[in-house]
Amino acid sequence: MYETPILQVKNLQKQYGPGCCHCNDLENSMLEKNFCKACGTVYAVRNLSLELYPGEILGVVGESGSGKSTMMQCLYFDTDITSGAAYINRPGKELENVFDLSSQQKRFIRNHDYGMVYQNPVHGLKMNFSSIGNIAEKLIAAGNRNVADMEETAKRLLTNVHIPLHRMKEEPENFSGGMQQRVQIAKALSNNPPILFLDEVTTGLDLSVQAKVLDLIKKIQRELQISMIVVSHDLAVIRMLADRTIVMLNGEIIEEGLTDQVLEDPQHAYTQQLVYSLL
Amino acid sequence: MKAKTHFAFFDEGSKKEIRRATLKAVAIPGYQVPFASREMPIARGWGTGGLQLTLSLIGKTDVLKVIDQGSDESVNAVSIKKLVQDTTGVQLTERTEEADIIQSRHRIPESELTKNQILVLQVPLPEPLRPIEAREYKTKRMHAEDDYSGAWLLLFEQIMKYGKTATTADHPVSVKDRYVMAPSPIPRFDNPKMDHSEALILLGAGREKKIYAVPPYTSVKSLAFDDYPFTVESFEGAHCHLCGTADVFMDELIDHDTGTTIYQCNDTAHCMDQLNKQEEVEVESIYV
Amino acid sequence: MGYVPVKGGTEAIEASIKRVKYERLKGEAIIEIETILSTMRALVDQVMSESSLYSPHLAALAIKQAEGSMEEAVFLMRAHRSTLPRLYYSEPVETENMFVQRRISASFKDIPGGQLLGATYDYTHRLLDFDLIDEKKADYTHWLQRYFKELQEVDVQENIQHFPKVVEYLRNEGLFAQYEIDNTQPEDITKQSLEFPASRSARLQVLTRGQTGAVTSLAYASLRGYGEVHPTVGEVRVGSLPIYVKHPNEAASSEEEEFYIGDIQVTEVESFVPVNVKNDKNEEELDFEIGYGICYGQNETKAIAISILDQCLEHAHAEYPTHDEEFVLLHIDSVESSGFISHLKLPHYVTFQSKLDSIRQVKKGAQVIES
Repeated sequence: MYETPILQVKNLQKQYGPGCCHCNDLENSMLEKNFCKACGTVYAVRNLSLELYPGEILGVVGESGSGKSTMMQCLYFDTDITSGAAYINRPGKELENVFDLSSQQKRFIRNHDYGMVYQNPVHGLKMNFSSIGNIAEKLIAAGNRNVADMEETAKRLLTNVHIPLHRMKEEPENFSGGMQQRVQIAKALSNNPPILFLDEVTTGLDLSVQAKVLDLIKKIQRELQISMIVVSHDLAVIRMLADRTIVMLNGEIIEEGLTDQVLEDPQHAYTQQLVYSLL
Repeated sequence: MKAKTHFAFFDEGSKKEIRRATLKAVAIPGYQVPFASREMPIARGWGTGGLQLTLSLIGKTDVLKVIDQGSDESVNAVSIKKLVQDTTGVQLTERTEEADIIQSRHRIPESELTKNQILVLQVPLPEPLRPIEAREYKTKRMHAEDDYSGAWLLLFEQIMKYGKTATTADHPVSVKDRYVMAPSPIPRFDNPKMDHSEALILLGAGREKKIYAVPPYTSVKSLAFDDYPFTVESFEGAHCHLCGTADVFMDELIDHDTGTTIYQCNDTAHCMDQLNKQEEVEVESIYV
Repeated sequence: MGYVPVKGGTEAIEASIKRVKYERLKGEAIIEIETILSTMRALVDQVMSESSLYSPHLAALAIKQAEGSMEEAVFLMRAHRSTLPRLYYSEPVETENMFVQRRISASFKDIPGGQLLGATYDYTHRLLDFDLIDEKKADYTHWLQRYFKELQEVDVQENIQHFPKVVEYLRNEGLFAQYEIDNTQPEDITKQSLEFPASRSARLQVLTRGQTGAVTSLAYASLRGYGEVHPTVGEVRVGSLPIYVKHPNEAASSEEEEFYIGDIQVTEVESFVPVNVKNDKNEEELDFEIGYGICYGQNETKAIAISILDQCLEHAHAEYPTHDEEFVLLHIDSVESSGFISHLKLPHYVTFQSKLDSIRQVKKGAQVIES
């Protein structure tokens, strides 16, 4: 954990609205939650910095509206940022702020360095293409042009996520929510991304299915040493998966540390409330 | 209030506009250049893109050939020729090698084109990514970002479903390893003719308002996976019942007298050419 | 050897063209352009509108040549338009200065200036008038004389032709936002291809050129539930507008040197649509917006439909095709849609041969797998 981070985010900011003299200054801004009453600006993510180290799972916890999903969308280039920087430890490109890159270069990073699992599988899958085709799409995007090779990879991944191979040519729209989520995970993993984002992946799934998906994520981390950022409002998920955890409130990080430490000995009043309400 | 039609139908301002778009298309091989397509005296979808290119390029001394589905005498080819000749008075030809401009729908002539010729192809649907994305706003960005995984995915899905790629005409190509392009609904048989063509190839989509180009000596590769190579239509064992040629694109016909399937060169000018050559040889063999 | 549909195209086409001319002439009666102009006002208006070429005379010619086919007449006009150099753009037109022939509001009973019904079919009963079968010159001259006499007995109000806009009345009450007059050069979609997202000027041009039926259907779909616009017609006005152009040499031009080049008759609609907007405190507020529609001639249904679609497209909505600018703007053009549909009549035997080959190869492959 004392090595170079694989992903470093510095002062990430995402706001909706122009900002004004009442809210621009970080130290002395007069916000109500993340909202400026003077100009109506909403600060979805405010001055957020974090590091992700190789092989670790970083948990992000917070109530809905705390900015955790927006942060994820910013990192995955699904939405434009207001300001800030992110550096990925790629050979020769460690000093490139990836937010400054062209959309073509951003797509390259998405195809080669990133995997993403959305809360709603509709966003991550082409629902009317075959499941194996969905996985191949990511491989094709990363430059693979060999069908047999992609078929083999896809079959291995689908087996890993417990999708019976006789259903691999079926479209995800015919699948249950849990199965769709597992196909999405297989797809996100297909190009062996060093960084994987998981956004509320178990929300809305049955408890037994949740457990299977969580097991799967844990297994992937152990076997593939992929670094992950796991966003969840569910402390149980965070407790099970995350090595380190950050707690977000109103677009800002209010507490961070080893997961055990944050959950056993919360410092911030909000975190205390969050942890004790669970007990 | 009688008006006389201008040379080559358009006013000069319109021609310049189209030529500017054409130049841009030549400068960015395979990129679809938007242009303000004019309404023509023939219907949208009947070759107005090709016709606009031809009319914007043609000069008084040019010789024009127009083919439709391989044939110089097909109804639409005749109609287009008539319009161009009525408004320009240029010379027409059916012989491929005599033409300066060849406007064609759905075929590239069998005999190789030269650097002195321009092939104008009529395009109904210029966007190769349309089957996976209906919105122009998005497909335009996909081209910009070199994001062609969708085009490949379509081929992959066919392989998964049918065990092979099942594309028909209009099999997508990659131009100069950058833009993926719809070659217009030419049969796969004609795709290889685009690769490093000596002649300039211009493609015009009138209704969709796009012009694009393959400049001479430009690489054009049909999309295909490494282990599922690109194949053309098979006419194995078939030969033209008129001229006997075997390695060309054929029309499949039913002989009404015998009820059997017979084949005939789709490119009527090529067939005629072959027949003439054979006759010359015969004549020579008799008199020499 | 059987028939090959390749040879003989030239003669076949010539014969077909003769045949269609014969169909027009075989009844041994022709219609005069003047007759079309004086009796088929609605048809002429619609042809001009869909072809975006304001010339009643040419529209009447197109109607005659096309034997009354809308699709063909618009096609002829558009093709003719392509041969004309575009030398001028007119100066902006202020519809407040319209010489009004008809003007109504569905929003207010008592609008400033009052309602002016003018000529409309709205209150007629759609019963076939069998008297028209034998309408004689004596009948209509007699009717006209009586009508003119009636008119003389009506009190004429002074200055009735210019009406203030209904929306101005509401603007002054602060119910509508005030905007600066925007005289930036609009895009010309006939000289620059439409790109997305489309500007409002481009959008309105496409809508006003749209096929009346297509525009009406989409707006109707939006009202019925496949959309989220529920307008009140603030004002429909029909009337003529004077058109001016500047002197081509801009340096030499001044306001007095603008040239009057004629009048055009238009239908203009302003629909009032309640919308949620963010105020300067970023809070949601209910406000009115205007859906705008204008088209050549008198075609009120089309102008209202345009105003609905204008509002639909102002607020993109993924769920409804009527709020999707590509869906609406790319599919309502008469020449484009009828052309592409009709192109299916062209021979497709090369493409079909290619399809046949593909299916045969796939079937061959399937047999190998089965055995």
